Amino acid sequence: MTDTLTHDHATVLEQRRQAAAEARRLKTLNSIFELRAFIALGVLIIVFSLLSDSFLTVDNLITMTKHVAINGILALGMLLVILKGGIDLSVGSIVGLSGVVAGELLKGVRLSLFGVIAYPPVWAVVILCIAVGAVVGTVNGILVTRLNVAPFIATLGMLYVARGAALLISGGTTYPNLAGQPSTHNTGFDWIGGGRPLGLPVAIWIMVILVAVVAVLLRSTPFGRWLYATGGNERATELTGVPVKRVKTIVYMISGACAAMSGIIIASELTSAAPQAGDSFELNAIAAVVIGGAALSGGRGNVRGTLVGAFVIGFLADGLVILGVSTFWQIFIKGTVIIVAVILDQSQQRFQRRGAAASAVAIATNEPTDLGATKVRPEDTAP
Amino acid sequence: MTTTTPRPGITTAPVAPVLRAVDVTKVYGGTQALKGVSLDIAPGRVTVLFGENGAGKSTLMKILSAVESPTTGYVELDGQVVEFGSARDAADRGISIIHQELSLCPNLSIQDNLFLGRERTRGGVLVDGSTERALATTVLRRLDEALDPDQPVGELRLGQQQLVEIARALLQKARILIMDEPTSALSAPEVETLFQVIRELTGQGVAIVYISHHLEEALDIADDVAVLRDGSMVAAAAAADVDLAWVVRKMVGREQDELFPVRDPHLGPVVLETIELSVADAANPDRLAVDGVSLSVRAGETVGIYGLMGSGRTELLECLAGRLHADSGQVLMHGGTLTGNVRQRIRAGLALVPEDRQRDGLVQTMSVGQNLSLAALTMFVRRLFVNRSRERAAVESMISDVTVKTAGPDAPIGSLSGGNQQKVVIGKALMTGPRVLLLDEPSRGVDVAAKADVFKLMAEQAERGLAVLFTTSETEEALRIPDRLLVLVRGRLVADLRAGEITRDRLMSLADGADTTEEA
Repeated sequence: MTDTLTHDHATVLEQRRQAAAEARRLKTLNSIFELRAFIALGVLIIVFSLLSDSFLTVDNLITMTKHVAINGILALGMLLVILKGGIDLSVGSIVGLSGVVAGELLKGVRLSLFGVIAYPPVWAVVILCIAVGAVVGTVNGILVTRLNVAPFIATLGMLYVARGAALLISGGTTYPNLAGQPSTHNTGFDWIGGGRPLGLPVAIWIMVILVAVVAVLLRSTPFGRWLYATGGNERATELTGVPVKRVKTIVYMISGACAAMSGIIIASELTSAAPQAGDSFELNAIAAVVIGGAALSGGRGNVRGTLVGAFVIGFLADGLVILGVSTFWQIFIKGTVIIVAVILDQSQQRFQRRGAAASAVAIATNEPTDLGATKVRPEDTAP
Repeated sequence: MTTTTPRPGITTAPVAPVLRAVDVTKVYGGTQALKGVSLDIAPGRVTVLFGENGAGKSTLMKILSAVESPTTGYVELDGQVVEFGSARDAADRGISIIHQELSLCPNLSIQDNLFLGRERTRGGVLVDGSTERALATTVLRRLDEALDPDQPVGELRLGQQQLVEIARALLQKARILIMDEPTSALSAPEVETLFQVIRELTGQGVAIVYISHHLEEALDIADDVAVLRDGSMVAAAAAADVDLAWVVRKMVGREQDELFPVRDPHLGPVVLETIELSVADAANPDRLAVDGVSLSVRAGETVGIYGLMGSGRTELLECLAGRLHADSGQVLMHGGTLTGNVRQRIRAGLALVPEDRQRDGLVQTMSVGQNLSLAALTMFVRRLFVNRSRERAAVESMISDVTVKTAGPDAPIGSLSGGNQQKVVIGKALMTGPRVLLLDEPSRGVDVAAKADVFKLMAEQAERGLAVLFTTSETEEALRIPDRLLVLVRGRLVADLRAGEITRDRLMSLADGADTTEEA
C-alpha cells in the first residue's frame, strides 16, 4: 500500500513536470497562432505577386484597398455587434436602402405644400442617409433589448424590411446620374466615390477615420469596456450596474450607420443607386470579423483583427479575379478560407485553455512558470 | 469515544471498498480544488463527506461520478482502475449522482423522466410503455411511495421529486448513489422518508455517499465519515467513533479562532429597511420566494441571514439590489423609498456581491483590473475617455485593500483562486463607494484562509460605518460572524437574534420547526 502510494506520488510529480514543459510549448504555439490573420494576409500577397505581375503595383493596391473599404466599414459596425454577442444580418439591405435614399434626395424632394422641388445639398444628403441607417439599426436594437427578439431573427426580419423599403421607394428601378446639377446646387456627390485627396480615394480615408474612431471607442471609453464586459458576461455586467440595454442598442445603431456610409460610397462610385445594392454584404462583413479572431459568442475581438480580416477577404477576391480564376471557384475558395479561419481560432482557444490548465498543474509543485504574468486585454487577444 | 484520526483515505469499514478515489488532484484555472485526496466507499454503508463551502466536496463527488475527470490521480471501481468516458458511462457501471439542483424535466411524467435517455423499446423504435410501466411501478413500490407514474413531475413536491431521482438511479442498477445536499429543500417528514429509503438501500448493499450542511442530521445517517478541508482529506473515521464536536473541529481546522473576527460594533442610524417585502418565485409563480420580510440594518452593523437553499435568501438580496422586482412591500434607504434598477441603486449606495460569482460576478474574458473597475468606470472618465492612470491607481489600491493575491491588474481573472476571485467581486462593489454592502453567501467556494479575509473585510467595512447584510447557510458562520442574525425559512423571517442569543440548537430547531409548521 505504502509502496503504491510513493510510486503514485512520483507519477504525480512527473505529471506536473511535464505539465510545466507543456505550458511553455503551448504558450509559444499560442503566440504564433495569434498572428494567423496577419500570416494569412502575408501569404496571400506573396502568392498573388508571384503569380501575377499586376498584383503588387501601387495602383492595384489602392484599387483593392478601395474595395476593402466598403466591406471594412461594414465590418467595423459588425465587430461592435459581435463583441456584444449579437449579429447584424440587416447591413446589406441598409447599404441598398441608403443608396436609394441618396438617389431620391438628389433627384429632388417635391414639397407639394409650397409647390416647389427642394434639392438638399450633398452634405445634408449624406447626413440624412446615415441617419436612416442609424434609425434602422436602432430598431434592431429595440427589438433585441426591449422586445427580447433574438438578434439573428430581429436582424433577419430587418434584412427583408429594409430591402423591401428600398424597393418600394425606388419602385424597383435604379437612380441614374447622381452627380447632381450645377443649376440645383447639389453637385459633388460623386466626389465621395471618385475624389482622391492626398492621392488616396475618399473611401479609404473614411475607413481610416472610422478605424481610428472605433479603436479609440473600444480602448479608451467606458462604452468600449462596457461592450467587452457585456459580451463576456451580460448577466454579471448588468448586475454591476452597467446600462447593458443602452450599450446593446447603440452598437446596432452604429452598425446601421456604418452600413449606410458604405451604401453612400457605392452609390457615389457608380453615380447611380440600385435598390438591390449590397445584397449579401452582411456575410462578407461577418467573415471579416470572424477571420479577424472575434468570437461570435462575444467579448473577444478587436479592430486590428477585423481590419486584417477585411483585407484577407478583399485581396483574396481581387487576386483571384486578376488571376482569372472562375467565379465559381472564387466562391468556393472564400468559403474554405472562412471555415479554416474558424478552425484555427478554435485551436488557438484550446491551446490557451490547455496552457492555462498546464500552468496551474505545474504550479502545484512550485515549478517556475509564468502563470499570471501573461497580460490579458480582450482587445489584445486576437489575432 | 476515541478521537484518534486514522490515516486519511482509509476508512474503518470492515469490507472491501466498492469505489475508491486515489490521490486525486483537480485544478480549475488557477485554483487547486483537490490536493491529493483519497477516499474509500464501502458497500452497504453511508459515507458522509463533511467540509465547509469550498472544501472540495462537490468536486470530489463530480470526480467519483465522472462528471469531471481528475487532473492527476485515479478512481478505482471494484479494485480496478477505471476511466469513465462520461457521466453516462459511470451510470451504466452503477454510479449515480443526485445533484442539489434536480435534473428532471417538469413537463414530462414520472415514467418518462425515469426512462429519459434510456427508453425501453420494442425493436429499438417504439417506446415499450407497458414494460416501462411495470418497471416504474416496481421501483416506486421499492421506495414505499404511492406515486402515479403518469403524473407530471412539475406537480410533485420537492421531496417526491427527489425520490423520483433516486428511483431513476435504482432503475440504472446503481450500486453507488451519491447525494449532494439531498435534504436542503426538504421538510422534516420528507427527510424522515428519505432516511428510511437510504437505510433500505444500504440494506440491499447499495453504497451511499452523502453531503449535507445539516451536520447533526448527516451524522445521524452516517456509517463512515470523512472530512475535507481546503481540498485535502483531513480525517476519516467510523461514525460511531466520532461526535459533532469532532466533525466541527476537523472541518474548521486550527484557524477556527482566527477565522471569525471579534467585533465591538458601534451602531449608527438605520440605513436600510424593508417593510413587508414580498417577491414571487420565478420558477413557481403561485409561491412567494420572499414572503413579507421586514428587516432593518444600521450603519456599522453586520446582519446575517441564515437560510438554506430555497429559503429565498438570494431572491431577497437580488430584490434589494434592484435585479428582481418586488411584488409588494417597500425598501427604504435612509428613510426614503428606494426604487429603480440595479444602476440607480448602486448610485444610491447599495452594492451587491452575488452568490454565483462565475455567473453573476465576473467577466471571465477580462483582466483582474478591468473586473474591479467595471462598476465604477465612469468615475475615471475625463473628457469622454477613461483616464487609465487614475483607473490603474484606484485598482491597485483596491487590490491591496481587499488583499487580492495576483500577479497584477493585468492578470487574467481566471488565473486567480476562488477566494481571490471573491475578493475581486467584493472590491468591485466597494469601488462604487456604497453605504450598504449586500453579500450573498460570501464564503461559497472559498478556502479557509480567504474566508477569514472575507469576514475580516466585512468587519472592516462595518467599522467604517457601512451597513453589511450577508447570507449564509453555514451554521458556524451564522453563529459567529454577525452582530445580529435573521433566520429565513421558506421566504419568511422566523427569528431575529442578537449575537449572544444564538445557539446551534436554537438555530437548528428554528430552521426545522418552521419547516414542519409550513408543511402542516
